[in-house]
Amino acid sequence: MIRLEGERVYLQVFAGSRGITTDAQVRFLGHPMEVPFSDALLGRIFTGSGQPRDRGPTIEENMTAIGGPSVNPAKRIIPRNMVRTGLPMIDVFNTLVESQKLPIFSVAGEPYNPLLARIALQAEVDIIILGGMGLKHDDYLYFRDTLEKQGALARSVLFVHTAADPTVECLMVPDIALAVAEQFALQSKRVLVLLTDMTNFSDAMKEIAITMEQIPSNRGYPGDLYSQLAARYEKAVDFDTAGSITILAVTTMPGDDVTHPVPDNTGYITEGQFYLRNGRIEPFGSLSRLKQLVNDKTRADHRTIMNSMIQLYASYRETLEKQAMGFRMSAWDQKLLKYGARFEREMMDLSVNIPLEKALDLGWHILADCFEPTETGIPGKMTDQYWPKKSEG
Amino acid sequence: METTHQGKITGINGNLLRVEFFSPVAQNEVAYAMSGDLRLKAEVIRIRGNIAELQVFEDTGDLRVGDAVDFTGELLSVELGPGLLGAIYDGLQNPLPELAEESGFFLQRGKYLSALDRNTKWAFTPKVKVGDVVQAGDTLGTVPEGIFEHRIMVPFRLRGTFTVETIVGAGERTVEEGIATLKGEQGRAISVSMMQRWPVKLPIKVYTERLRPTEPLVTKVRIVDTFFPVSRGGTYCIPGPFGAGKTVLQQITSRHADVDIVIITACGERAGEVVETLREFPHLEDPRTGRSLMERTLIICNTSSMPVAAREASVYTGVTLAEYYRQMGLNVLLLADSTSRWAQALREMSGRLEEIPGEEAFPAYLESVIAAFYERGGVVRLRDGSTGSVTIGGTVSPAGGNFEEPVTQSTLKVVGAFHGLSRERSDARRFPAIQPLDSWSKYDGVVPEDQVVFARSTLRRGSEVNQMMKVVGEEGTSIDDFVVYLKAEYLDSVYLQQDAYHDVDAATSADRQKYMFNHIHDVLKMQMTFEEKDAARQFFQKLTQLTKDWNRTPQDGAEFKTLESRAEDMLAEVTAHA
Repeated sequence: MIRLEGERVYLQVFAGSRGITTDAQVRFLGHPMEVPFSDALLGRIFTGSGQPRDRGPTIEENMTAIGGPSVNPAKRIIPRNMVRTGLPMIDVFNTLVESQKLPIFSVAGEPYNPLLARIALQAEVDIIILGGMGLKHDDYLYFRDTLEKQGALARSVLFVHTAADPTVECLMVPDIALAVAEQFALQSKRVLVLLTDMTNFSDAMKEIAITMEQIPSNRGYPGDLYSQLAARYEKAVDFDTAGSITILAVTTMPGDDVTHPVPDNTGYITEGQFYLRNGRIEPFGSLSRLKQLVNDKTRADHRTIMNSMIQLYASYRETLEKQAMGFRMSAWDQKLLKYGARFEREMMDLSVNIPLEKALDLGWHILADCFEPTETGIPGKMTDQYWPKKSEG
Repeated sequence: METTHQGKITGINGNLLRVEFFSPVAQNEVAYAMSGDLRLKAEVIRIRGNIAELQVFEDTGDLRVGDAVDFTGELLSVELGPGLLGAIYDGLQNPLPELAEESGFFLQRGKYLSALDRNTKWAFTPKVKVGDVVQAGDTLGTVPEGIFEHRIMVPFRLRGTFTVETIVGAGERTVEEGIATLKGEQGRAISVSMMQRWPVKLPIKVYTERLRPTEPLVTKVRIVDTFFPVSRGGTYCIPGPFGAGKTVLQQITSRHADVDIVIITACGERAGEVVETLREFPHLEDPRTGRSLMERTLIICNTSSMPVAAREASVYTGVTLAEYYRQMGLNVLLLADSTSRWAQALREMSGRLEEIPGEEAFPAYLESVIAAFYERGGVVRLRDGSTGSVTIGGTVSPAGGNFEEPVTQSTLKVVGAFHGLSRERSDARRFPAIQPLDSWSKYDGVVPEDQVVFARSTLRRGSEVNQMMKVVGEEGTSIDDFVVYLKAEYLDSVYLQQDAYHDVDAATSADRQKYMFNHIHDVLKMQMTFEEKDAARQFFQKLTQLTKDWNRTPQDGAEFKTLESRAEDMLAEVTAHA
């Protein structure tokens, strides 16, 4: 039930309204949408309305209302633990932090689902909850099989709406997934929620809003798009005296346009963003806003490596532009070219899987191999301590 | 009384209620929708015939057609009195820590607590005698509140002059206890307590005159104080795409700004950011007083997942509290993050009311609403001759980072300074990412004007050379132009950029800014000769490094002088060739 007016009510039919007759009866259940919760959910796969999608039994324990109230900000704590993923582009340059909400901005053809699956396998958390919206059936099977093969399914719950299912169910997926995540977090579990793809969710919302004759605000999306998305993303939380919820959500950008309403509003809600481009996590634009909270506790040189490598990589990109326009390369440009190539190959590639400390050491080696200490802009004190001696390099 | 002021719900659409009423109701009056034990606060936003439309400040789930609505006859108001500082409120002035004590992790609907603690006793000292003639805004007595003398004033709503009939002696009192009775011109006696209420949407106007803002408000952010200064009592806005550092800039300002009180309104933004402030401020030391920063801070937080209608109220709650402290002769800084969310809240309601939409579906009255809000900032002379100010700094989150949208444009028309953040600068990790060529300010800064003008022209020429170099390449650029470009880059990296996370670099005092900028100005003016471009580049790389190290050393230490003389030696070398 979504709107009341005098003697009239407006309803949304989960399974779609095809074939409903004018004399069909409506039964009111007297309660809002609910989802069961127990440890028996682990390893199971459900649809957007909470029905089993695998062949397992229906669960009806501990029914919990979805889309519950928001957390009192006074009960939140400052996030302080990093989530290790084994990807240098995340761990070193844009550290993922517990209770963070981060979208992965991507174009339709990019390998965002494999990336999510890798993070699901490698991330150090207790529970993984995957919410699939408008997934292709192949992608759904890909997630299921990957998680199963690597033995991660036992700590996961999947809520999957495929492109063939009714639109209304798509709207329920984030709410259901997050309601379950919240319950686990209250039991002091560290939960990682993976959502794919939030653009499909927003489009479903647009479809319903227009059907309901709401005044559209921007490219047909309803005026409350921001609030609706925020209500979901803000479920990410680090509870005082309990667990946490971290959210990673794929947002495909129609036409690679970050100013499209969905990625745009998302960017304002989330604590940073990853850009996935050409199969790599793009270092420019990608940002984890919370990284400053944790990357001073990892290793003293973490921030230095993070900043200087990116600044040098930016100079490398400029040099590439100059090269493309046929300008003569100075000695400095040559150094940058060498550096850029190594950086892309050894750090940016998505198949690199090394722990943070190894990645930092690797960073120093790449720098020492390409530059003199003063050229990097790193404070003198840092280079004295960490700059690898020539003999080692 | 209650029975005559009731209505009945006839329709629900999102958080908009249609209510049939039977006795007169006022526009913007507060009402409660009642369902079972639930009482949900709402505000009348439109009346047509005998149907009032109400926006509910909570989720409307479980409300039914036919449920009763109680009209209160009062406009949406806040409580003013001692005990506000250090508090953390939601948009309707409910204290959040107390709510958490009562209902745990989640915000429970329909739970409202009083903003000021009713049991705390304050040490009251009277400042008037029986027989004194007073009017609205005059001080009746004071109580100490943290580091401030909190003035207990004649309620702002009273008109005309009054004679003090009774006044209590010095002693401990709660906010609700009567402290004085005042007798009006018509002989009506009014009892006054330490607490008063004021409707948030009306500006407090009990002062003698408004003054022009002239005194600089030092934020200790170099690019702001030197290039785009803000005055006490001025208004400024920070528009920028996401990830450009709007909130970080505001957080830094809230820590270092040279004002008495900072009010932070987190309006429809991330909860995590407020939490940082909530948890850190109590442990941070206010450099001016040596006490906890929280003692001069008031936080209003209505984050993005909290109810939309209360978001709109939160900016007004913030500015009303700011005006209250201004009446005590204090300088208050109100930081609103982000005004776009507030505008979106207006848009959502406008859509539900089915009003004819303006640009990007924002309501047509958006511009006048924004103007009225920023106009509440200013310096005023109070009746006792002292001055107080409210400075308003609002962030704007334009859709797609495009400043040509209604909220940014309406804001730019009414503010005195514009700190435009740019994506290019933040992508290049040049923080704060204020775009130095497009931003502007109408206020006076802390360094001499002629030096700033020269520095700005260097920046502009440097950027032109850079553009040109992209076309003709480095070899096609003359060495003189190239040096200008390097100088602009130098100014950018050692002065405009600032490391917010470094203990020393994060905050540069006005004196240090004058000292440093003088130095950098000399470098920019200096005639330098280089044999070739690579040599020039290397020289500036070294100089930048040195100056950055200089930025990171405390001004009173020995190293400060050493680095300064090393830089001077370097410069002497290149000018010697000339």
